[in-house]
Amino acid sequence: MKVQFTDVSMRFGAMEVLQHITLGVEEGEFCCIVGPSGCGKSTLLNIAGGFLAPASGSVTIDGEPVTAPDRRRIFVFQERGVFPWLTVEGNIGFGLFDMPDDERRQRVTQYIELVGLKGFEKSYPRELSGGMKQRVEVARALAVNPDVLFLDEPFGALDSITRLQMRSELLRIWRAEKKTVLFVTHDIEESVQLADRVVVMSARPGHIRRVVEIDIAHPRDLSSRRYIELRDLIFGEIGLAHQV
Amino acid sequence: MGSREPMMRSSIQHSTFNTQHSTLRFVLPLITATIILALWAVAVKMSGTKIFPTPIAVAKAITTLAEKSLLWRYILDSLTRVFAGYLAAIVIGIPLGFLLGWYAPLARAINPLIQMLRPISPLAWMPLAVIWFGVSNAAPIFLIFLASLFPIIVAAMNGVRNVPPMYLQAGRNFGLSTRQLMIRVVAPAVLPRIIVGLRLAFGIAWVVLVAAEMIAVDSGLGYLIIDARNAGKRYDLVVAGMLMIGVIGLLLDTGMRAVEGVVSGQRSVASKPAASDH
Repeated sequence: MKVQFTDVSMRFGAMEVLQHITLGVEEGEFCCIVGPSGCGKSTLLNIAGGFLAPASGSVTIDGEPVTAPDRRRIFVFQERGVFPWLTVEGNIGFGLFDMPDDERRQRVTQYIELVGLKGFEKSYPRELSGGMKQRVEVARALAVNPDVLFLDEPFGALDSITRLQMRSELLRIWRAEKKTVLFVTHDIEESVQLADRVVVMSARPGHIRRVVEIDIAHPRDLSSRRYIELRDLIFGEIGLAHQV
Repeated sequence: MGSREPMMRSSIQHSTFNTQHSTLRFVLPLITATIILALWAVAVKMSGTKIFPTPIAVAKAITTLAEKSLLWRYILDSLTRVFAGYLAAIVIGIPLGFLLGWYAPLARAINPLIQMLRPISPLAWMPLAVIWFGVSNAAPIFLIFLASLFPIIVAAMNGVRNVPPMYLQAGRNFGLSTRQLMIRVVAPAVLPRIIVGLRLAFGIAWVVLVAAEMIAVDSGLGYLIIDARNAGKRYDLVVAGMLMIGVIGLLLDTGMRAVEGVVSGQRSVASKPAASDH
């Protein structure tokens, strides 16, 4: 297993947030974690990233216990995580500070192209739309060549059209870069569109209700019977009837 | 990849608006100044006062001062004092504000003291300044230092406290040490706030200067005012001194605002999400 959670529990003061999470994520897997707001899914991601220590249990990556943040696994936030004082170039090269200049420039150019921001190298984030800022953040993460990406509702602040575009972008990049991805979202549709496996969590205190394998090949047809079946299965698991 | 989302600025519309705007920015205040000067001249004439000078008398006074090169010396002395005190406040205030903003226990220990000292007018320190520094340049410089120190500390401290946590988390994630985090993330993140603090501090320093120069020194614009009154009730010189203080204060503030504009123009306010998405 690339990332292994073993009996992870977490509490903030008297509040129990996570209960006995055991989950293995394989190398190169795209794993989505869905659950209602406040179920502790972001906390779980922060524990895996080394930003929080669990109350009990452990997380290992490649068999090594996680104790602190590490450049080999990068956390991606909503697009507000980009640094407003740096240009697109500066942001993407941010993590490459100990690299020789020309190597860094080359890496930055490569990832600017990968996320489709050619021509915006010298732009500041304020000149970019939300979707473009999100691309900058993904490129900044990928540029340090991590082997795991943690994405915490990365498209939550984008409009629905941009969000759809960004999903197919992310899938394209994931296939090209072969990273292990842990993707937290409260959007069930999003999880079924993206993931190899969807981990469905309960309301707080969060525990795993079910792990659903999404056995549909990419590109996924969002009106196929299997897609709707799996989507409704997850809706049902969370306790929502899929109707408005 | 394909679709590229639109840029957000419509620069053409903006620049036309700005041209009109900047013409007005000079014309309107000029009209106000003319009206005030006219009212002032008329009021002096009509009241028949022998003490209060007309605008023309004040203009003559300024010319005379300039001819005797006293004006330049006084302005230079005042500016030197203000910058000495102000720079000392920056050198001490910014690092101290960073420490207080970064280490919460330190702030809990020291902040109450700062908040207690802050409302004391710097002028209240005058008697102590004279005891400590005697009749010398150091006394007014110390007062200006005190006046600008607290706003600078508070701006730096609040700035550091309010750096968005995700910037810090990202910095740590990319393997920065605390020192690197300070230089590469915290410092640029707080820069806009610090510059606002610096401008406020400078405004206070300039106000305090005049009072500070009424003690302990025999040059400067503050001294000019008190000396003109004491030695022969030269109210034309008093008003001339006031005008010079006002004009120089305005120029310096304009300069500081320009710096502020350059820094904040480079980026939108960090917490403000891009308009196009909402």
